[in-house]
Amino acid sequence: MYNFNYQKATSRDDAISARSSADDGSYLAGGMTLIPTLKQRLAKPSDVIDLAAIDDLAGITDDGGAITIGAMTTHAAVANSDVVASKIPALAALAGHIGDPQVRNRGTIGGSIANNDPAADYPAGCVGLNATIITNKREISADDFFTDLFETVLEDGELITAVSFPVADKAAYAKFPNPASRYAIVGVMVAQTGGETRAAVTGASQSGVYRAADIEAALGDGLDAAAAKAVKVSADGLNSDIHASAEYRAHLISIMASRAATAAG
Amino acid sequence: MPTVSMTVNGKSVSAEVEPRTLLVQYLREHLGLTGTHVGCDTSQCGACVVHVNGESAKSCTILAMQVEGADVATIEGLADGDTLHPMQEAFRENHGLQCGFCTPGVVMSALDLVRTNADPSEREVREWLEGNLCRCTGYHNIVKSILAGAKAMQG
Repeated sequence: MYNFNYQKATSRDDAISARSSADDGSYLAGGMTLIPTLKQRLAKPSDVIDLAAIDDLAGITDDGGAITIGAMTTHAAVANSDVVASKIPALAALAGHIGDPQVRNRGTIGGSIANNDPAADYPAGCVGLNATIITNKREISADDFFTDLFETVLEDGELITAVSFPVADKAAYAKFPNPASRYAIVGVMVAQTGGETRAAVTGASQSGVYRAADIEAALGDGLDAAAAKAVKVSADGLNSDIHASAEYRAHLISIMASRAATAAG
Repeated sequence: MPTVSMTVNGKSVSAEVEPRTLLVQYLREHLGLTGTHVGCDTSQCGACVVHVNGESAKSCTILAMQVEGADVATIEGLADGDTLHPMQEAFRENHGLQCGFCTPGVVMSALDLVRTNADPSEREVREWLEGNLCRCTGYHNIVKSILAGAKAMQG
């Protein structure tokens, strides 16, 4: 690891000002991705600005028709939240199957979506559930937020403060995990909210999370699992690596969508 | 260099460290607490699991500076003199280790499970061990040990 200046921000404003005055600053949330990246010398920030001491960035609030989750809320907190379990159980289940217990104790929703790993679970959760990402500057629809592999619309220094999830009528997430890392080889969030059916796919595409229009059309209003399973997904643009070929991932998309639809009932 | 202070196994400690110092390096190299191991160094194997404010965490993927002011517990803090902690004793009784390299992390992980789930099922134990790799035992005796340790802790 290259050395850096470490700063523990005490407030949102403190974090934003530390980041803007740094040559090449990086926010540190749970560190479950950033620290391994630093250890591999894949990143060389001049300053690491730790967000953990900012009290009002963590926590889960029930807004009636939506749940708002603070950016620094850990996966374990989401997985074990009674509010999330009762309002959007699919989201609690998704969080409860990220990585392993120790990763879930440290990793955060804000850190996960800012990183936008193409095999992470939360991007599919956000897009599938039609979440809104709230930053210090604006509110961004999940559809617009994730742009490409490890890329989002976040501007330099822009800080995610919370993510708001509308309460879905029906939703479930199905993941075919890598057996070692528990990252998604393919994961699909199927959700129906206010008459709209969504199927968001992670782990598969070369450009990260996306909505699968063919699967959504097959699922229809009734979340038809058999119809989703019958969709022949094209392997074009899908990722191929030592874990799975593009063709295998294409096959898994319809299978995972079908399982999610069955679970969503 | 900045100074970091924390409580480790009930004792207040403080040192000047480079910001890039990992918690596991601080524990092993500054405090001499070599019971916490570095296995993979990529946050997968769990040999480095310690407790930070009561929750299990992989100390190879935490900066020492991040736990400023925190309460850290390592394997060295479990036994009461020569009397092993019930979870450690259960590992000895049930042959829950062979080479022992992964054991400190597994024990610390197991104690975090029991903290929130005092009477876990075998399946829950196996799922919980997702973040701990053992290359010797095939996990069977580790699971037996944790189930026995959890029972013993209930008294």
